[in-house]
Amino acid sequence: MENILNFITENQQIIYIVILMVFVGIEVIGRVPSVLHTPLMSGANAIHGVVVIGAIIIMGQAEASNYLALGLGFLAVILGTLNVVGGFVVTDRMLEMFKKKK
Amino acid sequence: MELNILTVCYLIASVTFILGLKMLSNPASARKGNLLAAAGMTIAILGTIFLYESDGKRLGNYVWIFGGLLIGGIIGTLAAKKIKMTAMPEMVSMFNGMGGACAALISIVEFNHLSHEMEISGITTGHTGKVLIIVLGLIIGSVSFAGSMIAWGKLNGKVKDFSFTGQNILNLLILAVALSAGAYLVYDPTQHFLLYGILALALVYGVFFVMPIGGADMPVVISLLNSFTGVAAACGGFLYDNKVMLTGGILVGAAGTLLTILMCKAMNRSLQNVLIGSFGGSKTAGAAGSTSQGLYKEISLADTAMLMSYANKVMIVPGYGLAVAQAQHVCHELEKILEEKGVEVKYAIHPVAGRMPGHMNVLLAESDVSYEKLLEMENANDEFKTCDVVLILGANDVVNPAAKNDPASPIYGMPILEVEFAKNVIVNKRSMKPGYAGIENDLFFQPKTSMLFGDAKKVLQDICAEVKMV
Repeated sequence: MENILNFITENQQIIYIVILMVFVGIEVIGRVPSVLHTPLMSGANAIHGVVVIGAIIIMGQAEASNYLALGLGFLAVILGTLNVVGGFVVTDRMLEMFKKKK
Repeated sequence: MELNILTVCYLIASVTFILGLKMLSNPASARKGNLLAAAGMTIAILGTIFLYESDGKRLGNYVWIFGGLLIGGIIGTLAAKKIKMTAMPEMVSMFNGMGGACAALISIVEFNHLSHEMEISGITTGHTGKVLIIVLGLIIGSVSFAGSMIAWGKLNGKVKDFSFTGQNILNLLILAVALSAGAYLVYDPTQHFLLYGILALALVYGVFFVMPIGGADMPVVISLLNSFTGVAAACGGFLYDNKVMLTGGILVGAAGTLLTILMCKAMNRSLQNVLIGSFGGSKTAGAAGSTSQGLYKEISLADTAMLMSYANKVMIVPGYGLAVAQAQHVCHELEKILEEKGVEVKYAIHPVAGRMPGHMNVLLAESDVSYEKLLEMENANDEFKTCDVVLILGANDVVNPAAKNDPASPIYGMPILEVEFAKNVIVNKRSMKPGYAGIENDLFFQPKTSMLFGDAKKVLQDICAEVKMV
């Protein structure tokens, strides 16, 4: 019990962020028309590519002799970047088609 | 000083993510919202590379980092630019899987780092929180990766539906074993071999989780896996106490979950119904209900052209067939030719026509069809009564009356386009084969329905030529 309470106190900032972001996430897309479901999903997909930052930190901290961290980290950076770049470009291509007609 | 600048970078990025999502849910601002979020992401990534410090040490290995960014960036851009409009959904699934794999890899590396530390210091306690987050990130990331790959395979037809009795129970069992192994690892982090067991189980669970779900439901599954990856990314944020990963991840996790539910609502089904797979279970019932096949009649191109030219109002119902045939441009051409002849032409868009919600809007917008001509389902259903001709282009399940009057049908309860109220219904399909849900469509055997077989693009071109000659 004490462990859990300690954990909550130590990480209270993070827990606050998590709770608030859950509500923000639900609130901001609450009234999306069904036409935009796919682009919105694709855009959100690109945003969770932010995980690449974790991969970059791993890479940057890996020592030259730690081949496991270097190898897996390198792979993680590639995959994360694919997620970010591919995600935003695909979303942009979808949305290009919604442009206003004269 | 530099760390403070990085904090500001992360703050800016977090705000752009929230604003970006907000703008993405409105047609007028959607494109700007996407670019805004992309700009924020760039700031966060560059800030991390150049400003990040941990225990006073800056990041190294720049060659590797930029190498990875370059390779990923080039492949990602090329893949996203080259892909056909019809294949967009599977591309999203693929990219989502990459994000999940990235999160899982981070967990593996961080765990090894941690066990190394424990070996050196000899202290094995006090890591409960960290190990918990690592295990969660690993499980969620791997499930998302494996599931997304299967969803990708299903959408491009490489993977077929596969289910067996008791699969749901086996799935739950696999998940339970993975979770208990995870719990044990949290309790005793020295058992590092367990990590790879958990990885394997999570991958298998991801495959089995998506396997039995019908291809038509993939958009919902991808959206759900998308929110999973968001949570996995947030686990990474927890691990590095990195606020932008945390905000971005949780934001997508929450928004993605809501979006999944909204998509289910658009099909009038519950998420549970989609996941446990009513399609797999009630196949026999659906087949039994549709044995009353009658005869269908065909119509010639010339007759079609005649019928449409002398109509007052024509409604076009596009479906996946239109997307596959890339017929959106010639469809718009037909619309223009008919309008010159004084025929009113509109489009009826079912919310889940095609493979993804909004798929048809995107396609038709590509060929410059005016936004006002696209009717949403409810408005279209009000107008069918006044239509002389309904032309259905490669749509099937979304116009299947079984959804309204056959309780045994797997799609029963899904709102459909009520095309049978129009005076004439012309259905363009490549063959009599059933649609994605794998069930027969009684509409094709009704007296006012005529079939026009062939590839949508070819058929439309021919109709255009015929209409010009009338």
